[in-house]
Amino acid sequence: MINQREIMQTIEMIDQQHLDIRTITMGISVRDCAHPDIEVCSRKIYDKITRCAEKLTRTGEDIEREFGIPIVNKRISITPAAIAAESCECRSRVPVAEAMDKAAREVGVNFIGGFSALVHKGFTEGDRKLVESIPEALAATERVCSSVNIATTRAGINMDAVAMMGRTVKEAARLTASSGSMACAKLVVFANAVEDNPFMAGAFHGEGEAECVINVGVSGPGVVSHALQACKGAPFDVVAETIKKTAFRITRMGQLVAQEASARLGVPFGVVDLSLAPTPAIGDSVADILEIMGLESVGAPGTTAALAMLNDAVKKGGVMASSHVGGLSGAFIPVSEDAGMIRAAEKGALTIEKLEAMTCVCSVGLDMIAIPGDTPASTIAAIIADEAAIGVINNKTTAVRVIPVEGGKVGERVEFGGLLGSAPIMPVNRYSSEEFIARGGRIPAPLHSLRN
Amino acid sequence: MRAIVTVIGKDRVGIIARVCSILAEKGVNVLDISQTVLQEYFTMIMLVDVSVCDIPFAELAEVLHAEGEKEALNIRIQREDIFEAMHRI
Repeated sequence: MINQREIMQTIEMIDQQHLDIRTITMGISVRDCAHPDIEVCSRKIYDKITRCAEKLTRTGEDIEREFGIPIVNKRISITPAAIAAESCECRSRVPVAEAMDKAAREVGVNFIGGFSALVHKGFTEGDRKLVESIPEALAATERVCSSVNIATTRAGINMDAVAMMGRTVKEAARLTASSGSMACAKLVVFANAVEDNPFMAGAFHGEGEAECVINVGVSGPGVVSHALQACKGAPFDVVAETIKKTAFRITRMGQLVAQEASARLGVPFGVVDLSLAPTPAIGDSVADILEIMGLESVGAPGTTAALAMLNDAVKKGGVMASSHVGGLSGAFIPVSEDAGMIRAAEKGALTIEKLEAMTCVCSVGLDMIAIPGDTPASTIAAIIADEAAIGVINNKTTAVRVIPVEGGKVGERVEFGGLLGSAPIMPVNRYSSEEFIARGGRIPAPLHSLRN
Repeated sequence: MRAIVTVIGKDRVGIIARVCSILAEKGVNVLDISQTVLQEYFTMIMLVDVSVCDIPFAELAEVLHAEGEKEALNIRIQREDIFEAMHRI
């Protein structure tokens, strides 16, 4: 039998250290929903989502009760909508987003991802129409999330798409000015996007995926920081070992829930994404972990090294605990969703430039960062290009989710509510990138893409 | 199916009796009990078999939780698998 200490340790992790399963995400292929009439296409997408995910929320809740572990979100990702709606003749793709929103509401999930396009090498007509529809689609819906992949290591960076996404982010911000430019919190621009990511806002059901699949995202920054408090002053070897052991335990929990959900829903298990995803709750912060390692504030010199070690140790610990690890897997550093990051940004210890450096070694990119509303589209595009370059050259996923808060000035704070938290508006370098972005074209794939 | 019941709270007369009588009423067999009292703080851990329980697991969890609320105790029941997964390879 499991001993008493172990049982109490698990219960403490859940009760006091915010251990939870962050999301059970059902990936659904909607490739079979194509139709020249967008109304028919949208209806088919709605029908398929509601049919496949009918029992998703209830099953999640049942598992939650039986195992006594909170499952915070139940979510859905679909095939990039640009593909499903490719053959629709009309210009706007907004009806597809509305159908997704309605389906999400019907089955009781709080976010649905996949209003997406993959344009890393170029646009099809359908891709262009979808990207042009993003601002309106995000403004008109509540639960729909959108992502666009603009670069890969194999294809290089599509600079036309980068420029277009700069404008798209601005327009999305403008259309939702009354709610703190909220639409931008639901829009991710990727380089090297992964096909099985269960986390929002960047989740979509990739082209290589099965008909329907269950992916699970685990979390637990609070558990890691609690474990590290016990090794104060110890050398990094000890710190890394402690993180690995903790990540192993957390991931085993994710694997168990994933298998259980997969069996009950009769849907194959895809991957466990072993990410440390912070929430605005006190004690559930990635920044706290870095500070426990000995930094006065996250953002101080040493932050990148600390994050690199954390990210690597999380993966090493988690990999053995799950039969299939995938998604983004690593540490997330969303500013608005992490109390420690917010604190550091507000006192000026953490800047966008430092965050950019941190994205070289962690699992995603510039995430949930509020910037002034008067930031030009070309500057946003150039930020996207920088992040894409980091991803492309280093063979990793990077992303940009910045919110140019309409009317917002540096130092103000914008509230998004719930898991999305609140963000201080951070200063952006004022020098222009306009001519750089105006060039367009493609930045060629780096030499290490030619491996065959 | 086996599950772990944990009861945490301030020690007082009759906690074990009360929890056991609820479990017996619902057809849950107690396989093992361990209990400690640390500075008036009571922790009881029970391994139980719920395979012939009269009511669904979720409902049993609810009944125990409600009893806990009434007595200012934290009572929960969780499937044993979660602890196995976390602590055993």
